This record gives sequence, structure tokens and C-alpha cells, in this order.
Amino acid sequence: MNIGAHYNYWVAIFLMMTGFYVVITHGNLIKKLIGLNLFTTSVFILYISMAKVKGGTAPIIAPGIEVYSNPLPHVLILTAIVVGVATTAVGLALVLLIYDRYGTIEEDEISLKDDAL
Amino acid sequence: MELIIDITLLTFLGITALAINRIDKLFCVIMLSGIYSLLCASLFVTMDAVDVAFTEAAVGTGIATVLLLSTIGATDTQQRSAPRRPLFALLVVCATGAILIYGTMDMPAFGDPDAPIHQHVAPRYLQESQQEIGSDNIVTSILSSYRGFDTLGETVVIFTAGLSVVGLIGFRGMQKFGDRQRAAGITQDDMGKHLVLRIVIKMFIPLILLFALYVQFHGDFGPGGGFQAGVIFASGFIFYTLMFGLDAAMRVVSPRTLSYIAALGVLIYGGVGVATLLMGGNFLDYNVLRSNPLQGQHLGIFLIELGVGTTVFSIMVLIFFAFSSRKGLRQ
Amino acid sequence: MNHLPAIQVIIPLLCAPLCMLLRWRTGAWLIATLATWATFGVSFVLARTVVLNGAITYDMGGWPAPWGINYHVDTLSAFVVLIVSGVGALTLAFAYKSVQREIRPESLRAFYALLLICLAGLLGIALTGDAFNIYVFLEISSLSAYALIGMGQRRRALRAAFQYLIMGTIGATFILIGIGLLYSLTGTLNIQDLASRVEMIPNSTYGNHTLITAFAFLTVGLSLKLALFPLHLWLPNAYTYAPSVVTIFLAATATKVAVYMLLRFSFCILGQRFVFEQLTLGNILLLPSLAAILVASLVAIFQYDIKRMLAYSSIAQIGYMTLGISLNSHAGLSAGILHMFNHALMKGSLFMVMGAVAYRTGSVYLSDFRGLGRRMPWTMAAFVFGGMSLMGVPLTAGFISKWILLQATLEAGWWPVTAIILLGSLLAVIYIWRVVETAYFNPRHEIEHGTKEAPLSMLLPMWILVGANIYFGIDTSIPLHMAERAATILMSGGTL
Repeated sequence: MNIGAHYNYWVAIFLMMTGFYVVITHGNLIKKLIGLNLFTTSVFILYISMAKVKGGTAPIIAPGIEVYSNPLPHVLILTAIVVGVATTAVGLALVLLIYDRYGTIEEDEISLKDDAL
Repeated sequence: MELIIDITLLTFLGITALAINRIDKLFCVIMLSGIYSLLCASLFVTMDAVDVAFTEAAVGTGIATVLLLSTIGATDTQQRSAPRRPLFALLVVCATGAILIYGTMDMPAFGDPDAPIHQHVAPRYLQESQQEIGSDNIVTSILSSYRGFDTLGETVVIFTAGLSVVGLIGFRGMQKFGDRQRAAGITQDDMGKHLVLRIVIKMFIPLILLFALYVQFHGDFGPGGGFQAGVIFASGFIFYTLMFGLDAAMRVVSPRTLSYIAALGVLIYGGVGVATLLMGGNFLDYNVLRSNPLQGQHLGIFLIELGVGTTVFSIMVLIFFAFSSRKGLRQ
Repeated sequence: MNHLPAIQVIIPLLCAPLCMLLRWRTGAWLIATLATWATFGVSFVLARTVVLNGAITYDMGGWPAPWGINYHVDTLSAFVVLIVSGVGALTLAFAYKSVQREIRPESLRAFYALLLICLAGLLGIALTGDAFNIYVFLEISSLSAYALIGMGQRRRALRAAFQYLIMGTIGATFILIGIGLLYSLTGTLNIQDLASRVEMIPNSTYGNHTLITAFAFLTVGLSLKLALFPLHLWLPNAYTYAPSVVTIFLAATATKVAVYMLLRFSFCILGQRFVFEQLTLGNILLLPSLAAILVASLVAIFQYDIKRMLAYSSIAQIGYMTLGISLNSHAGLSAGILHMFNHALMKGSLFMVMGAVAYRTGSVYLSDFRGLGRRMPWTMAAFVFGGMSLMGVPLTAGFISKWILLQATLEAGWWPVTAIILLGSLLAVIYIWRVVETAYFNPRHEIEHGTKEAPLSMLLPMWILVGANIYFGIDTSIPLHMAERAATILMSGGTL
């Protein structure tokens, strides 16, 4: 178990789990969305850590450079970032409408209002 | 040196994540999430992912923070309930984390040049892409050409987000805001009273738009491309809205027009694909667009990046307008 | 003609922005309906070509896999595409009157565009041969689904959509983690390439930690999307409060495509031997499937909102599908795949009945069904036939898949499981009978609704599905043949 070799991955996992924890425990809808964002962004750290090559540089061809980092995970994460922000936008639109119709964005208060009817 | 930066950034990320969990005031939490995003972008730079860092900074720090702030402007600013079932959540989270850590044990070491992912598919991209596509930025060649179909999907995702906001919130709500402001005699937002801000922003906006165009068309040679350019272009409009008011901004370009522009962007991208089909190649095979395959690649990438930039810009501004107009309804 | 796989997805994908460009609202419905019918036609031709000539591969952008993305269409993909596009075409035909009652007029164009995008996303998942492309199209279909559900009339629709968004995104991120771990071991994203390189991984026969973790995350993520018990919590609310048209479409397609993904990842990439013998996927799936069948059917009996009852019934039916997969036999797999087809027919017609009832009476509660058998005879007759298919009455499609499943469990010698399947059918009889009894054998409702029969534009698609239910119950050769062929392909690792 080589700590130095996998340090990046483990910190990424810790961040993922913090985000996951925020999503599960908090009842405020906006906090949940932020936690979700935290979770997905940390997955990106995991992917990009995989792509790094020791002694390499950014994968833009320049004269004199021999070693490049792997460009494929970069492409995947570019797509994933955009997907993440699209999800956040839709989630926030739903939050706005929930506030309009329920008057609150706390999950337990919303449950109370629905059960009261 | 790199290692120290790496470890420092990761530590700060950890602290920020824990703080997000603890703090109740939503405004602080949103600022922290913006900081988190920026730290991630810096981390990506140290790991040689410059295009990704650019996009994360523009999209994650920029757009996400703006949308979150607009939302709390229209709703609550304070989280009121305590965390529920913390023990159960801790259990689930620790179990998942443990499985993941267990899973990383057989992964190649960080930075190892002999890892499987560097042996199989990537070498062709690194060695051949300049001859086959003619772009210096390998990430752009993969994004726009080799895996161009994924990028079409991505553009559709953004378009879907815009459609969702339009479908859920509706154009009528946005127009009502402008009408009410005009009826009340309000011609600009109260930020417009700050003279220095007004003049400086007026100087900045054209520069921002110019920079956006630069990023759009230089994606072949350096970090950049349609997504980042679209977001930066949108931020110019967002600046204008903050200074001069939503009503004025919606008169420059109305939400309905923005939805048309967004649809056009997706159709440009898809249209390039259909054109390649009609010219005898596979879908999105740019080689058939021109007699010289390399020229065909350049033309194809240019057009699709234009489509992407157009859609991203219009959807980002549209979503911002939709969110900002809710604030007026609450007042 | 050899561009069919690409055309299959492009038609709905590019007609969606077209919907937004027109100012004329009926034009949006027209474009959407033409697009879905064209898509269905293409899927027909595609299925025929694949069944006769074997799998088709199509390189997007002209770049060969694994450097580019390719579409790989075998019998399983063609089957799923046929189901999804067929349901889409009929739903759009049904939608014209239904959305007038349930969706705000100003949101209609966005509604149709989102529906087309959802369709395109689901089709893209079934056709592609690239793992990351699956993720992108999964997110396309999910995002549009969240928004479509949120457009329901009651405010609970918003809550349901948000809950689905959170759970769905967690599931999709788990899938992303799984794909990432697989990629780190093999260096490729193409499904067929992954399959051959997974075998070359050191220690893959003894248990490579990363591979096992990748499998775990993929399975959990997909189970969230499948609504496999106990990760099904989003489904009842989502199906109940969404607009009728959305429920019809999603109930008949979304979870099936998730089952398809599970099959693709388990059998084609990881390999049947690894997944079933080493990781005992059969055992992992067995208990939740049985729990789904029993618990969901029981809960369905106590529901007064009939849409909710049918939602719980769907969870039970998904349990049947995963039960078929867990048997790890050719018969079980065929039964599970065939049930995807039959369930789409069954639930499609039942939810269309609900849409018609909601359109005419404005309510979907059991008490408001009183006397409906006389006032909406055709609609309720469709409910009876759909219900019979759900119960597994002979001469309906539902009977065939239950029969093959029973044969598979008897073959494996699992007597308790056979008993549970029969018990599930019995429970279905109870909850269907409640509605039938109320509709036909109760006196007329005191308050006169002036309810008429559902309009023709709703009855036609409904009865096409009912007719298909009965036709494929009598002559099931075509879907059965496709399901069995798909099962053979999967058991052999997806290389045929």
C-alpha cells in the first residue's frame, strides 16, 4: 500500500464522500444541490489524477516537448463538467418553483405542508 | 515543488468541503462552493489539464455561483433545519468510501507513465492527431473530431437545461417582470447609481466580448473552444444586466430570441453532421466536407465550435434572465 | 441505408430544436409526431436488417473504434430501440388532447421538444458501443425526464422531480465512477474493446480490487436508475404526479433502458463467467427482485390513487425482469428481455387509460371510477385487457413472459421462487379487480359528471397497444425470437 502513489485518489474519495454526506443529511434543497456539485466535481479530480504523466505537460503540441499528459480523460471531464452545471441549473429552477408553491425550501417543512392537506 | 502545490491545494479543498457541510448561512456556503471550484481549477492546472481548468473556472465558478446567488436572492438565505440521521449517513458514506479506497489499491500509481491508459488509445491521439486533423490542441481535436458525437450530446444537454427552465418557468413570467418595472417607472437597477462602476463596466464589456471571440477561434492553438467562449460571452451580458437592470437587458435581446438562437446553435452542429451524411461520409465525418481532408477537418471543427458557442451563450443568458426575473415576483 | 443507426437518433435529436423555432403551437405537436413516427419506421427497418444480417457497426465521424465513438447494433439493441420508438410514436399520437388539459399552453413547445430529446437520449443509450457515450445520453434522457415530470399540475410534481433529480444524479455519478475505474484498468472506452481487454487484466480471475469496485458502483448506479427495490423511492412519486403523457412514456421505456444497460455492462464488458460465478450477481439480484415483487404488489393493493397503484405495480414488474436475469440461464434471460417488451405494452395501455380518465373526469382516485364502466366503455375495456395481461391471463402478452419465467425457475429447481412468482400474480389480480369492480359493479356516481367516452385520438393509440397485447399473446414468435437471440448473444459475451 503505497501512500505516495495513491494520495491524490484518496483525497478525491474523501471529498466525494463529504459531498455525498451533505446530500444525504441536509434538508435544505440548495445545500443538497451544492453537495451534489461537490460530489461530482470530486469525481473529476479522480479522473484527471489518472491522466497525469510524471514529467509531462499539457497536451498541446509545442516544439521541443516529448512527454504529454493523457488528453482523453480531459475530454471526458469537459463533457462531465457541462453536464453537471446543466443538472444544477435544472435543480435550481425546480427549487425556485418549489419556493413559489410551498413557501419554503426546507425538506421537512415541505413534507409537513404536503401531509397537512 | 509541484508536489507541495498539489498537497496544499488538496488540503484546502478538504477544508472547504468540511466547511460547506458545517456552515448554515447559505450565502457563505455558495461563496465556499465557488472557492472550491476555483481550487479545483487550480488543481487541474497543476495536473496539466488546462482546457478542463478553463472550463471549470468559467462554468463551475462563474455560472454555477451566479445561478446559486440568483436563487437565494429569490428564496431563503438561511438554512433552518438541523442535519437529520447523521449517524446513518456517516455509515453509508464511510462504507462507500471504504469500498472506493479498496478499489484504488489495484490502480496504477499517480503519474505512472506505464499505466494501461497511456498505452492503448492515447498514443495515436498524441502522435497522429496533428497530421490527421491539423490542430495543435489535442484536447480540441478529440473533443471536436474523434469524439465529436459526445460533444453533440453535450450541446444537447445544455439546450435541454435551457428548455427545462423555459418549460418550467415560462417566458410570460420573464416578460411580466419587465412590464412591471416599466409601469413603476424604474428604468434601471440601483447598482446603476454607482458612477465608477457604470463607467468601468461600460469599458469592460466590449473587451470581455472580444476576449470571448478570441477564445472561440483559438481553440485550435491553445486552451479554449466553444464552451469557454460561450460562457465568457454570456458573462458580458450578465455584467450588463447587473449594471443596467433586467428590463434594459431584455430589450437588447429578449428571452424568446435567445431560445431561437440556442435552437439554431444545435441545428448548426447537427446540420454539419447532416451535411457530411449528404456528401457521402459517415455522420460528422469532416473529411468529406472539402476536397482536402485537412481543410475539411478545419471547416468542420470551426462550424461545430460556432454552434456550441452560440448555444452555450444563449442558454446561459436565458437561464440567468429566468432566475433574475423571479426576484421581481417576490417583491 | 447503411447510415440507419445514425439517422435513428438524429431525427428526434434535431427535430427538438425545430419545435422551438416555430411560433405555431400545433406545429410543434405535428413535428414531434412526424419525427416519432419516422423514428419508429427506421427502427423497424433497422430491426429487420439486424435480425436477418447480424450486428451492424457504424463509426461516428468516420474514426474507427476505439479512437472514435461507434454505434454497435445487435439484436438486443434493435429490440430495445423498437420498444422505445414504438411507445414514443403512440404516446405522441395520444398526447394531442391530453396535454391541452394538463400543460400550460405557453410551455407546449418546450414540452414537445423535451419529449423528443428524452426519446433521442434513450435511443442513443441502446445503440451506442461506447461506454462514455452511454453516460452522456443517459444524462440527456434523465435531465429531460426531470423537467418533464416537474411540469405536472400539482406542486407535488416539483418535489417528485427534485427527488428524482437528486437520486438520479447520484446514480449517474456512480456509473461515471464505474466507467472511470474500468477505463483506468484498460485504457479504452469502447464496449467491445473493453470486453477483450478486461480479460487481459492481471488477477482478473482471482479478484482485481478495482474491477470488483467498478462492478459494484456500476450495479448500484444502474439499480438506482432501474428502481430496483430498495432504491426505488423516486419512482412512485415521479410516475404519480407527472403529466399523463410523461408517465405513459417513462413507465414504458426509461427503466427498460436501464435494464438494457445492466445487461450490456454485466454480460458484454465484464463477462458472464466473472459476473455470475465470481461476483454472484445472481444472488445479489435475487433478494431485491423477490422483495420488489412481493412488497410492491402488496403496497399497490392499498393505494387509492390508481396512478400510484400502477407505479408500484411497475416496481413489481421490474422485479420480474431482474429475477429473470438473476437466474443466469438462457431461459431466464429470454424471459427477462421479453418482459421488457410485454411490460411496455401492458403499462403503456394502462397508463393511457389513466390519461383518458384524467382527461374526462379530472381525477384518478378509485372512488371516482364508480360507474365508469358504463360511461367510458371502451376505455375501461382497455383497462380490463391491460389488467389481464398484468395478471398473466393466457392469450395475453403478460402470460407468455410469466410462463417462460416459470419454466426457467422450474428448470433451475428454485421452488420457493416459483411460488413467489405465482403469489405476485395473485396480488396483481387483487389490485386490478378493485378497479374493475368499482368501475363496473358499483352504482353510478352521485354527482353527474356528464362524462363522455374518451376522444378518438386517445382511444386509437390505447387500443393499438391493447391489440398488440392480445396479438403478441397469441402469436409471440417475433418478440420471443428476438429475445432469445438477444439472450444467446449476451451469454456468449456480446461478440456475435
